[in-house]
Amino acid sequence: MGTVPSALKHCLSYQHLLKEQLWIGEPGAPPPAAPHPGQESQASGLPEYIKIVEVGPRDGLQNEKVIVPTDIKIELINRLSKTGLPAIEVTSFVSSKWVPQMADHKEVMRGIERQPGVQYPVLTPNLQGFHSAIAAGATEVSVFGAASESFSKMNINCSIEESIEKFEEVAKSARNMNIPVRGYVSCALGCPYEGNIVPAKVAEVSKRLYSMGCYEISLGDTIGVGTPGSMRRMLEAVMKEIPLSALAVHCHDTYGQALANILTAIQMGVTVVDSSVAGLGGCPYAKGATGNVATEDVIYMLNGLGVNTVDETQRPN
Amino acid sequence: MPQCATAALPRDGSRGQVSAAAAAGAFPRRVKVVEVGPRDGLQNEKNIVPTPVKINLINMLAETGLQVIEATSFVSPKWVPQMADHTEVMQGINKLPGISYPVLTPNLKGFQAAVAAGAKEVSIFGAASELFTKKNINCSIEESLERFDEVMTAAKAASIPVRGYVSCVLGCPYEGKISAAKVAEVSKKMYSMGCYEISLGDTIGIGTPGSMKEMLTAVMKEVPVGALAVHCHDTYGQALANILVALQMGVSVVDASVAGLGGCPYAQGASGNVATEDLVYMLNGLGIHTGVDLQKLMDTGTYICNALNRRTNSKVSQASCRL
Repeated sequence: MGTVPSALKHCLSYQHLLKEQLWIGEPGAPPPAAPHPGQESQASGLPEYIKIVEVGPRDGLQNEKVIVPTDIKIELINRLSKTGLPAIEVTSFVSSKWVPQMADHKEVMRGIERQPGVQYPVLTPNLQGFHSAIAAGATEVSVFGAASESFSKMNINCSIEESIEKFEEVAKSARNMNIPVRGYVSCALGCPYEGNIVPAKVAEVSKRLYSMGCYEISLGDTIGVGTPGSMRRMLEAVMKEIPLSALAVHCHDTYGQALANILTAIQMGVTVVDSSVAGLGGCPYAKGATGNVATEDVIYMLNGLGVNTVDETQRPN
Repeated sequence: MPQCATAALPRDGSRGQVSAAAAAGAFPRRVKVVEVGPRDGLQNEKNIVPTPVKINLINMLAETGLQVIEATSFVSPKWVPQMADHTEVMQGINKLPGISYPVLTPNLKGFQAAVAAGAKEVSIFGAASELFTKKNINCSIEESLERFDEVMTAAKAASIPVRGYVSCVLGCPYEGKISAAKVAEVSKKMYSMGCYEISLGDTIGIGTPGSMKEMLTAVMKEVPVGALAVHCHDTYGQALANILVALQMGVSVVDASVAGLGGCPYAQGASGNVATEDLVYMLNGLGIHTGVDLQKLMDTGTYICNALNRRTNSKVSQASCRL
């Protein structure tokens, strides 16, 4: 940049700039029909629609230091429900001894106002959590595997194999009740204890989760160490075992790589992206570091690429 | 807090494989990183940095493997007080062989002062927006390029290479949308005038991979990709994604600022330049050669942030595990 101008007050407001550049107009307003600078996503080889899975209320809040009152959690989820997001991870049916932030899981689940067409998955680490979730009204659940033995041991005190066995119990009950199950694979691009994680291991764990009935596998760069290079290699390995349409990426921005990694994933055909409103949730493994990628920043990028993030058939009124 | 696996940075174990992929044509094999922290970065920092600290900063950067370090700006101190010590800085730094230390020269007077102070490379700043040029330097784009003609003539006579910047390539804080054709037109003019490289600047960081691709497609029709650089701001968090797309299109020169120095004067509280550490981290992960030692770069970032009494904007620096 050259010299700093003194006439900053004549700058266009950011609202003007965004409205002009990126279709961000009135809520619920469709994008203009005229060709857009972002180009048609089809021409650039990108998916037409990306499903955003909002994990702020669970993954985000879980990693925030301050305990959030129940009514605020409910208000957060209700507001998110009105933004057009197709899936919002509500809470976690885990013991409050381990995750105090999620102690109010039942109250939150029962307290939220559900929008038609929006999914509200909850975490269920085992059968007990699953039953509790169903009793509280959950209609979709998630299970969390890892591609690292050390991480699995440190996190849930059992091996990957033992954790898979627990999830199989959940998957079986879920199948009997027609409850969809989403599978997460943590440490997909690196582990805070083991360091490098081989793509083949990620593919193996993903395949186990998919085979037991998970409809979608979210591949998590838990400590955000991944780059477009390692993302590509990992996805190539996983795509050999799982159909592309069943894959999601869950990138952390700890090293500032999240959007570049997400771009790489969608260039490879991934159509589901996890993110957290306001980038809620730091990284417990790197003090002071950021964690989840911010939903706003992801949507900004997707808008600029001409990729739709609202499912037209489910647009809220 | 759990024990991390390593005190140092995570290492990508299979760089060899990725280098093969890079060689196959997906990405450039090498990228030249142009470090703009001492000029673009400091210029947009509120606190005035003492001359010895500036000199130290540049000397430390020169030890990291960076090949190009923008040292200062020969502009009137009335406009840019931070750069008032341009002559002292230029004369005070320890210039290492093989490293280029370009300086900004807005006009012939600045050029002459720069050469007198020992500059061996200069940069000139154009813009793809008429309003921005008017607000910034009180003339039209055409008039600004005429002013630069004088600099170009003098530079040619002195065998001094000139780098051209084009601001507002993906959006303007006054005009809003900027057409890719206009960027191509201004870039072509500056390249024809004799600039060896054109750095395309997303001045307000508003671009996305979509608009970056569109803009580069237009510019590449007029200027060879080997003469292009991208200068992305991270104001909307899009910088690395935008840079990724530029690399995929063949661009192999990327500007960045250590510690992400330099806020954005157009968006209060917003970030500005992309952090060199975060860029190098990504390039390392892609197996692209930069010659930069990331640890030394981070140490330099820590140094200048302490001197500025501010937190780093580099996520890589923030995340680095200190046991």
